[in-house]
Amino acid sequence: MKGYILKRLLQIIPTLLGITFITFLIIQLAPGNPATLKLQMSGQGQLGDRGISPEVIEQTKKLYGLDKPLHEQYLLWVKRVFTLDFGTSYKDHRNVWEKIAERLPVTLQLNLISIFLVYLIAIPFGVYSAVRPGSFWDHALTLFFFFLYSLPSFWVAVLLIMFLGGGDFWDIFPAYNISSIGAEALSPPQWLLDRVWHLVLPVTCLTYGGLAYLSRLTRANMLEVIREDYVRTARAKGLSERVVIFKHAFRNALLPIITLLAFLLPSMFGGSVIIESIFSIPGMGQLGFEAVLGRDYPVIMAITTVSAMLTLIGLLISDLLYAAMDPRIKLE
Amino acid sequence: MDANKDSNAEVSRTYRQMVWHHFRKKRLAMLGLWITIILFVVAIFAPLLANDRPILFCSKGKCHWPLFSGMEQADGTVWKDLKKEVPFILQNNAGGSGNFALWPPVPYSPTEYNLLDFLASPNRQHWFGTDDSGRDVLSRMIHGARVSLSVGFVAVGIAVVIGVFLGALAGYFGGWWDILISRLIEIMVTIPTFFLIIAIIAFLPPSIYNIMVVIGITGWTGAARFVRAEFLKLKQLDFIMALKALGASNNRIIFLHMLPNAMAPVLVSAVFGIAGAILTESSLSFLGFGVPPPTPSWGDILSQSRDYIEFAWWLTVFPGFAIFLSITAYNLVGDGLRDAMDPKLFE
Repeated sequence: MKGYILKRLLQIIPTLLGITFITFLIIQLAPGNPATLKLQMSGQGQLGDRGISPEVIEQTKKLYGLDKPLHEQYLLWVKRVFTLDFGTSYKDHRNVWEKIAERLPVTLQLNLISIFLVYLIAIPFGVYSAVRPGSFWDHALTLFFFFLYSLPSFWVAVLLIMFLGGGDFWDIFPAYNISSIGAEALSPPQWLLDRVWHLVLPVTCLTYGGLAYLSRLTRANMLEVIREDYVRTARAKGLSERVVIFKHAFRNALLPIITLLAFLLPSMFGGSVIIESIFSIPGMGQLGFEAVLGRDYPVIMAITTVSAMLTLIGLLISDLLYAAMDPRIKLE
Repeated sequence: MDANKDSNAEVSRTYRQMVWHHFRKKRLAMLGLWITIILFVVAIFAPLLANDRPILFCSKGKCHWPLFSGMEQADGTVWKDLKKEVPFILQNNAGGSGNFALWPPVPYSPTEYNLLDFLASPNRQHWFGTDDSGRDVLSRMIHGARVSLSVGFVAVGIAVVIGVFLGALAGYFGGWWDILISRLIEIMVTIPTFFLIIAIIAFLPPSIYNIMVVIGITGWTGAARFVRAEFLKLKQLDFIMALKALGASNNRIIFLHMLPNAMAPVLVSAVFGIAGAILTESSLSFLGFGVPPPTPSWGDILSQSRDYIEFAWWLTVFPGFAIFLSITAYNLVGDGLRDAMDPKLFE
């Protein structure tokens, strides 16, 4: 088991370097880079209509060393990534890592709650569908989740605000921020309630899309497992259907689903950008959105790199969980 | 040799027929297919469906095609004034007796603005209402279909080309190629795609072609994985070994023999990819990083709706529904295709 963990940790390093390499390629597109000047010329042969001031170009050049030879640039960038020194923001000259660090908890809150809810809702439905395949509810649920999956999240967000957030209809949930003004004065349980009340709409938007995939996967895995011989043996032994399903079939079907976490995380981070900007939630996604709007390159690069790192950590955790749960690996 | 060729050709025709037969049996998949066809037609004929000048104009026995020739007016009356009396498509006595005009169903161009009539709710003149510059929403949506579909197809085309190429390399040659490319796929999957796209777009000037290319180069991992998996399976088969023994070049083996057999899952992933690309393009336009104005895009109309959310429901409902419908249609087709190609059904 220890050997497995070590092996896994070592495998992360090339992926980490790969991430730095790809982000490095993106930096090469920055203005002021003589090598990619051509790419930035719009159709009329001018430098894109973005009104980039020469000071910004100079700053970018200095920050990433764009006039140095390529390998020097890359080493500089790798050093920055590992010391978490992403420079200072062009907008307010604060340290970029500080800005990210103060917004990270909010985004993590949002995403982790959503992932938890996706698992909570999708798995029971998936199990039910597997136990009664082909039934009316099986088809109805599959169709319903498929319908949900096809709804664009930003449309749903706007619709929710329109109908539930103070438009023409009801005004049940707040449409902005994650805490009311003056929330610090509330007692802890009241503060928690206020926070939850604010989170309902954004979390809904992040959650509903993942239900389809996870429930389908659960259903498929359960169906496979139910066909296995040991399930037949369990039934032949006379165990109740309940025990057969939940104690034997379910646990084995669950294993691949844990690894799903690895794929949910990147999509959640991406979805965060839209949801956070619609609901004015002060998280990493909103920071990234504003950075792109204002062409704040240090922040853009930092967020891309940090979110990739976080996904990597998520991948590692899900792999370790899998290793912890699968006795076949424990014994290696 | 020839006998082999004939039976090969026969088998692939039958395979296609079998897949189509299975596909046709599913009602939802066929519904999806119909919707995609309708969308395609709307996108292609957009200028004929929504424009601010007539398709055909005949006066004093001579006929003109103002839509194509760019004719500016009819005997002294500008099209705009003529338009006010248009019943629906056909208009007699247009700007003088004896004249005849054939209008597009939606007599507005997507960029024509009229500040006196902004934010109008759906009415007889503007079936889907107008936005905050007085532009007709239905016309913008019809032309927006063009943008969405073209971005979808081109982006997926790029992604498939890159993905198939890299997947084939990794699957066929194995060894270092496989290790390198598999690592690359892992890395691309780890970086959140949407962030990646936004980051790259932030560094480039706004243009629809940049968007197509960026979505393409961030979305190839699916196709690459499938092709690689299929190639790894196919490599073991006898006929490949036979081809090698006969001295066939690598190129020939890959392109003529292995690729055609590996394309099935790639096709499915491509269809889902189109749905994803449409969603991505709409999301980008919604955030303001998409196709530059004045090109209409569904996401762009939707982003306007945020400012007028209390009353302008038509800016929210219609473009959002269009995006939803397109995505659903392609997802249904992809789903149906995947089930139709399921090898278990051929036993």
